[in-house]
Amino acid sequence: MSLAYYPGCTLKTKARNLEEPAVASMEALGFKLDEIPRWNCCGAVYSLADDDLIHQVAPVRNLIRAKEQGKNELVTLCAFCFNTLKRANLLMKDNAEKRDTLNSFMNEEIDYSGEVKVVHLLEVLRDEIGWEALSQKVKLPLRELKAAPYYGCTLLRPREVAIDSVEDPTILREFLKALGASPVDFPESTRCCGSYQIVSSPDDISEYARPILNSALRHGAEALVLTCPLCDYNLGRGQKELMKKQSGLREMPLFYFTQLLALALGLDPQVCHFELNHGSPESLLKERNLLSQSRSVQPIGG
Amino acid sequence: MSVTVSPKRLRREFVKKVKELSGQNLQSCYQCGMCSGVCPAAANMDISPRRIIELARLGLEEEIAGSKTVWTCASCLACTVNCPRGFDLSKVMEAIRLLTLRKNIDQIHPEDISPEDRRELPQIAMVSGLRKFTG
Repeated sequence: MSLAYYPGCTLKTKARNLEEPAVASMEALGFKLDEIPRWNCCGAVYSLADDDLIHQVAPVRNLIRAKEQGKNELVTLCAFCFNTLKRANLLMKDNAEKRDTLNSFMNEEIDYSGEVKVVHLLEVLRDEIGWEALSQKVKLPLRELKAAPYYGCTLLRPREVAIDSVEDPTILREFLKALGASPVDFPESTRCCGSYQIVSSPDDISEYARPILNSALRHGAEALVLTCPLCDYNLGRGQKELMKKQSGLREMPLFYFTQLLALALGLDPQVCHFELNHGSPESLLKERNLLSQSRSVQPIGG
Repeated sequence: MSVTVSPKRLRREFVKKVKELSGQNLQSCYQCGMCSGVCPAAANMDISPRRIIELARLGLEEEIAGSKTVWTCASCLACTVNCPRGFDLSKVMEAIRLLTLRKNIDQIHPEDISPEDRRELPQIAMVSGLRKFTG
C-alpha cells in the first residue's frame, strides 16, 4: 500500500537516521512511503500572528501537492513539519476568509480547502497497523531495553493537532511495548528542549536538557526515545555540555523511534545510521545483545 | 488638521495592535499564574509570562519592549494548553515580537552564528530561529 509522504528538509540531511529506518520499516510492514513530488520547506514553525498569511503559503503548497496526487492523507515524520502542516491545514479548513485569500494568491494552483488529512507516522502505526499486528511482526524483541519516551512539544501542542492525550500521552509507550522493550515513564516527557532558542541562546540549552535528562535517569531510563530532530540536537548537545560541568554524569543514548522499529523488525542495523546519533547507542545495544543478534533473527517469544 | 499624540493614545494603539495580531482578548486573563508555573523558560525571563499579559493590557509598551521575555519564549505552548481561560499566550508573545521585528529591529544576525553552528544545526533550527528573531 502506498502512502503519500512529506519528508521535509532536515530528514534529508541531518536526520537521515530518523528517515531511512522509517522508510525501510514501513516497507517491511507492507507500506511504501511515497514522497510527494516537488515538495518544499514547510516553514518549520507555524505563524502565530493573525495577519501573517504569507508564511502559510509554503505549508499549503505541500498540501496541494498531495491533493493533486489524489491523496486524502499525507504522512509526516519530522515533528516540526507535522505541526506546521497540520495547523496550516486546519486554517484552510476552518477559516473561509483566509482560505479564499490564500487560494487567490496562489492562482496558479488548484483551490485547496483542507481536504488532505495530515498524520504522523506514529498514528499510522497505531491506527492503520495496530500495536497487536505490529508486535506480531517483531523479529528481535527489544527485551531489557529500558527506554523512556520523550515527546517534546509539537506532536502534542496545541490541543487541536495533538496525536494523543496532551496531559498523559501513551502512544510511544504502547509503541515500545509492541517492540518488546520496557518503556520508562517520566514526568518531564513533554517538557520543551529549548527548540529554536539554540540559535539565539546556545549557552542556555544545557539548562533545558538538565531537568529532562535528570528526570529520565531518576526513573530508571537507560535511553531516550525521540521523534524530533531538534530535540535530538538540543538534548545531545545539552547533555555533552552538562557532562563537562557535572563530572560523573553518564551519557544517555538518544534513539529515534524509527531506529528501534527497524531494529525490532530485524532489518540490517546499517539502515539505522547509528553513527549519526548522540550518546553512543551502539554500545548499549551490544550490551543488550540487540546488535549482534540482529542479523540472525529470533522469533518473538523465543 | 493636527493630531495630538498623547501617552494615553499610544498605549491604546499598542493594546489594539497586540489584540489584532494575536486575536486574543487580553481582558479574559484572570492572572492565576498558570502560564508562569508551567513555562520551562520562566527562570530565564526577567518578566514572568503572567506579568507580560498584565503589562500588555495596560499598554506599557516600553516595559515590554525592554524585556527579554518574549525573546526567551520558545513557543512550546505549555501555557496555551494549560490556561484555564483558554487564552493563547503564545500568540500574544508572537504579536509583541512582531511589533519589534516589523520595525526592522532584528534580534539575531546570520553572520553572528558561528560557522560550526551553521554547519551543525538542523535546518528546522535555522529556519525557525530566523523566522522568530528576524523581520
